Amino acid sequence: MRFLPCGDRAVLVECDSQSAVLGLHGALAASRPPGIIELVPAARTVLVVVKPRVIALETTRTWIERAAQGGTPERRADAGSPVVVIDTVYDGDDLAPLADILGVSAREIVERHTAAEWDVAFSGFAPGFAYLVSADWPFDVPRLDSPRTRVPRGSVALAADFSGVYPRESPGGWQLIGRTDAELWNDTADPPALLVPGGRVRFREVAP
Amino acid sequence: MSLHILTPGPLALVEDLGRPGFAHLGVSASGALDRSALRLANRLVGNPQDAAGIEITMGLLEARFDAPTWFAITGAEGDVLLVRDGVPASSVPLAVATHAEAGDRIEFGPARHGVRFYLAVRGGIDGAPTLGSRSSDTLSGLGPAPLSAGQTLALGAEPERAIPSADALTVWAPRDDTVVIDVVEGPRTDRFDSHTRDAFFETTWSMSASSNRVGARLDGPPLPVARGAELPSEGMVAGSIQIPPSGLPTILLADHPVTGGYPVIAVVSDASLDAFAQVRPGQHVRFRHAH
Repeated sequence: MRFLPCGDRAVLVECDSQSAVLGLHGALAASRPPGIIELVPAARTVLVVVKPRVIALETTRTWIERAAQGGTPERRADAGSPVVVIDTVYDGDDLAPLADILGVSAREIVERHTAAEWDVAFSGFAPGFAYLVSADWPFDVPRLDSPRTRVPRGSVALAADFSGVYPRESPGGWQLIGRTDAELWNDTADPPALLVPGGRVRFREVAP
Repeated sequence: MSLHILTPGPLALVEDLGRPGFAHLGVSASGALDRSALRLANRLVGNPQDAAGIEITMGLLEARFDAPTWFAITGAEGDVLLVRDGVPASSVPLAVATHAEAGDRIEFGPARHGVRFYLAVRGGIDGAPTLGSRSSDTLSGLGPAPLSAGQTLALGAEPERAIPSADALTVWAPRDDTVVIDVVEGPRTDRFDSHTRDAFFETTWSMSASSNRVGARLDGPPLPVARGAELPSEGMVAGSIQIPPSGLPTILLADHPVTGGYPVIAVVSDASLDAFAQVRPGQHVRFRHAH
């Protein structure tokens, strides 16, 4: 774990692995003192944004060090949290061409995608867009050469070693393998996102 | 109590101090770009500092007060007229509480200094908040849509605080010459060699016209950066100065994406962000170490 400066009201903590990020984020969320405005997990880092009048950056670093010692830095997502099941129709436009690229059948992609247990690693790109990772997922998926200008809401997609679901219509360069009616984002819900960092997810195949 | 929008100008948005606390779900704080200007406008009319006002980019908004109302304008500077019965009644001074009668129109000319005017109306702009804020986030689409002609904005209840007397208030218009912006160390400063870091501080940059609330782009001699210098996505703060492969800095502003993959060479100090929000396209910017 390494502290990186990030302006006068934040510190960026770099971890050794994605699972260490999840562990650190969980430990920080569980012991969050007043004055911590944001805790933003990402691929290898956790960004901690503070209100300097309430908590100094020095104090913040001390808290992070203690939380990391007390936590379980290599744990996966919260094993106690319920699994969100996303009913998916696997008829995405990119499923067949992607199978050719990966040298497997489309059926195998679907079976591995539904068999894997996914962890919500972090969010970004759009409200409620979660980057899902899984130790059970073997593929490294290239992004589209040219992003689509319009990806339909609810598209289930793959890129690199991530899976994700587009919460609303937007541009996007991920490979589309299916679609879901699940509501990924609701302004009036608490939390507003269906998939929150540290959560667990499974995809279930349903008929169109 | 309401405010009727006749013409929004190029871009007018409802903004308050934003919705921090949701970045882990993919939502940046958003909120007024020049926060101190919005706070001041609210104080002048007795509102809480975080009441919603209108951020008016480059001016040219026209609106009608449907009831007697106090209002104040801060931020950018330009001619603003109060029109009564179709006749210009007075020019509205900057950073002073002004009283309008029912039916009065307010007409903004173009911004002469700075970019963003803030209009606070006593009671604040009302409406259902999204995740605790009434701010328009132009990237995520959360909050109210940009204002449009014919729209009527409801105002909130009269605040308890009286209109403060502020005779001694001195406010300068945003500067037109080179703006010096304080920066502090960024997470990837060490990714850049000393030659590149020196060039970053020694260059007089100019604000690109393709800047918006998501980010400001700067023009100038490109920094000599290594190609393919992308990182795994990491959390970004407002003020992060990213150096993409083009070598031209991009400064993330209030509506920025919560994560990004370009290395951040430095971060604009929190105190300098408001001044940066008033830099006009073509205006010059230099960076210096805050400490």
